[in-house]
Amino acid sequence: MLGKLSWAAIPLDQPIPLFAAALVGVVIIGVLAWITLQGWLPYLWREWITSVDHKRIGIMYILLAMVMLLRGFMDAIMMRSQQALAFHSAGYLPPEHYDQIFSAHGTLMIFFVAMPFVIGLMNFVMPLQLGVRDVAFPTLNSVSLWLTATGALLVNISLVVGEFARTGWLPYPPLSEITYSPGVGVDYYLWSLQISGVGTLLTGVNFVTTVLKIHAPGMTYMRMPIFCWTTLASNLLIVAAFPILTATLAMLLLDRYLGFHFFTNEAGGNMMMFMNLIWAWGHPEVYILILPAFGIFSEVISTFSGKSLFGYRSMVMATMAICIFSFMVWLHHFFTMGAGADVNAVFGIATTIIAVPTGVKVFNWLFTMYGGRIVYSTPILWSIGFMVTFVIGGMTGVLMAVPPVDFVLHNSLFLVAHFHNVIIGGVLFGAFAGYTFWFPKAFGFRLHEGLGKAAFWCWIVGFYVAFMPLYIVGLMGMTRRMQHYDVAAWHPWLLIAAGGAAIILVGIILQVAQLAVSIRRREELRDVTGDPWNGRSLEWATSSPPPAFNFAVLPHVEGRDAYWSMKQRARRQGMLSGEPGYTDVEMPRNSPTGFICAFFAAFMGFALIWHIWWLVALAALGAYATFVVFAWRDRVEYVIPAGEVARIDRANRSARGDALVPMRATP
Amino acid sequence: MSAFEAAAGYDRESLDRQPTAERAGGELMSKRIIVGYGFWIFLLSDIIMFSAFFATYAVLVGATADGPSGRELFDLRNVGIETAFLLLSSFTCGLASIGARTHRGSWFYGAMSATGILGAAFLYIEVHEFAGMVARGAGPTRSAFLSAFFTLVGCHGLHVTAGILWLLTMMAQVFAKGYRPDILRRVLCFGLFWHTLDIIWVAIFTMVYLMGVGQ
Repeated sequence: MLGKLSWAAIPLDQPIPLFAAALVGVVIIGVLAWITLQGWLPYLWREWITSVDHKRIGIMYILLAMVMLLRGFMDAIMMRSQQALAFHSAGYLPPEHYDQIFSAHGTLMIFFVAMPFVIGLMNFVMPLQLGVRDVAFPTLNSVSLWLTATGALLVNISLVVGEFARTGWLPYPPLSEITYSPGVGVDYYLWSLQISGVGTLLTGVNFVTTVLKIHAPGMTYMRMPIFCWTTLASNLLIVAAFPILTATLAMLLLDRYLGFHFFTNEAGGNMMMFMNLIWAWGHPEVYILILPAFGIFSEVISTFSGKSLFGYRSMVMATMAICIFSFMVWLHHFFTMGAGADVNAVFGIATTIIAVPTGVKVFNWLFTMYGGRIVYSTPILWSIGFMVTFVIGGMTGVLMAVPPVDFVLHNSLFLVAHFHNVIIGGVLFGAFAGYTFWFPKAFGFRLHEGLGKAAFWCWIVGFYVAFMPLYIVGLMGMTRRMQHYDVAAWHPWLLIAAGGAAIILVGIILQVAQLAVSIRRREELRDVTGDPWNGRSLEWATSSPPPAFNFAVLPHVEGRDAYWSMKQRARRQGMLSGEPGYTDVEMPRNSPTGFICAFFAAFMGFALIWHIWWLVALAALGAYATFVVFAWRDRVEYVIPAGEVARIDRANRSARGDALVPMRATP
Repeated sequence: MSAFEAAAGYDRESLDRQPTAERAGGELMSKRIIVGYGFWIFLLSDIIMFSAFFATYAVLVGATADGPSGRELFDLRNVGIETAFLLLSSFTCGLASIGARTHRGSWFYGAMSATGILGAAFLYIEVHEFAGMVARGAGPTRSAFLSAFFTLVGCHGLHVTAGILWLLTMMAQVFAKGYRPDILRRVLCFGLFWHTLDIIWVAIFTMVYLMGVGQ
């Protein structure tokens, strides 16, 4: 009846996961109880859970990413403290638990922190920057969000029901085959990624269509803000790379569930094919993450330097070049496979070449700042921190692109330090810069500057203290994923690294405090104009938070930095351009399709993991029925009457006019 | 609406109501174009998934583990009939699209039914072939080659199955709701999906069966 599921699945003998799960459970139940008692449940259901508004979906993505960041960071603290203690001793985490922790840390941080964070920012910002009212497929957007959340849910369920994979964040066979990993850990990994992968793919389809097909009048491709270009590149990569992940994980599932022989040791299976396939997705994946971050830095640096971006065309070229090159370097993840000197040389050179467009970008950012009036607020601090840190990470990457060097450093902590160097210093700093930059747009008030700056300094100092020692022990020969060791020379460096993790922890606490303090003091931090940073692109041309329809009338774009030139004109003429003629606006109606579909997907994933076949069938039927019900709807849009549109827009125009043209004669 | 516009699927009413979808230069971009475009992008991603299975098959085609190879297993006559059914179903699917655009029920339902029946016949032959191979001890667990074969061809078969389910849903929907613009857009997407399965089958027919028998 319940397949492999029994009471034995709950690890009653392991206090740490049980305690962690109990804590999470208490928090979730507490929050739910509080929401219910406050009577907010109908509001949440109506306005958020069923929302198809790209802004709200973006905010929920980012919320998911932040919560999962806390969870993933707990794992990081446990790993650093284990390695600090485990010199000549067993430490406090037994090997089978430690292996689950590093696997869960990588999986969570890439798939459920970095991905939702950048997708959330793209969701929120890109349609506003294009000057339009929503993405191409709003309901599909909601489906994507909730499928991603389902994947995160399954990973977290594994904490208390069963176990998680012990195979690392990429389940290399033959270790991940049923012979060597007979438990449900790898199945949790595979099904949560298959489900969230569908969500990511649908996001890719949705955003590519939006950027290429839906623009405000006059918004030609070469007038789009760079963030829209990097969104396009990133989502093209999602469309081209995620199907490979789906196929690869499907093959591993077939091996595990039905005894196929794709990657097994016997009957002709070829385990190195897994490495090739997974990295044919995996290398583009790192660019899926970093390209939107590059876009955020471009917007932030140009805004806070008070200049338009230096070398716009070269930035576009560099972005699209990275988009293509990223598919030509996957083999550098396993030079040690033994493909031979010629193959390794080709991929080594290709890897070195991909650093060129990235270098172009760094110089463009520097030249944008050169001669500008730089305002040192929190977003640009993250950006400057990124430039310094990312260049170091990039250079260690180019170093490892040399195959003979890679033979020495392969699987060492040097590699671990390298990819944290680019992912923390690049993706995460970018996400934090974007979060601080666009927060006032989303909520109508700024984040507290002092706490934000303090958090930045803790993060960047903590990062260097935590990861520079890992470069050193990596060069000394320490391999990754060691549960204990007995080399005395490594120990002091690992103690320092643990100290770095503690500094980062302070940074995270400061970020939580920043959010809480900013909400409490929102009236002093209020932005009424919709343009708190003297911005340049169209998202600043509407109120904060923007109305459901974003723009009362779609803006007419006459050049790059569209909103900047509108402001210049208003200042010159001493008034805003004349009031537009308002018309009714049709917006897509909210729909619970995404949530219900994900509800069934969660049961289906869980049932597949535990071999509860009747539940699999039932949930599949439920998901299909959900789509049929959705397809049977008669009214798909609702109308916001012209009068209401005019009322909302006039209020914003008045506040904006006061700020822009202080001494105008008549409104 | 002129006959040409009707045949080309233009729907003036829906074209006029698209303030959210405006292209650079101020031209209106109809929802039909956006939906069709998005679905094309999805289909491209689906083709990439198939190409991963194709690449796997190409790597593993020689890994027969002393079991049977394609030369011993494939029956080209059978596959030829299968192919004829599927290609013919693409033709009837095209007829159904025209029937939907011109709002002619007899054409639409007739051609959709023919498409579904031909698709089901294709599936029947495929399942029969699979069952025969399993009965001979040449199932997917026999060797890496057979794992790759069953996965590649079976994945296409699963797509056809899903296509038939979609086809039936579309027929029911047109029956219940009529030729509404949003339903016509779905019929358009269904057509694209069905033709794509044809393209993929041509590749399977060539790479798996023709090249397999020739080896």
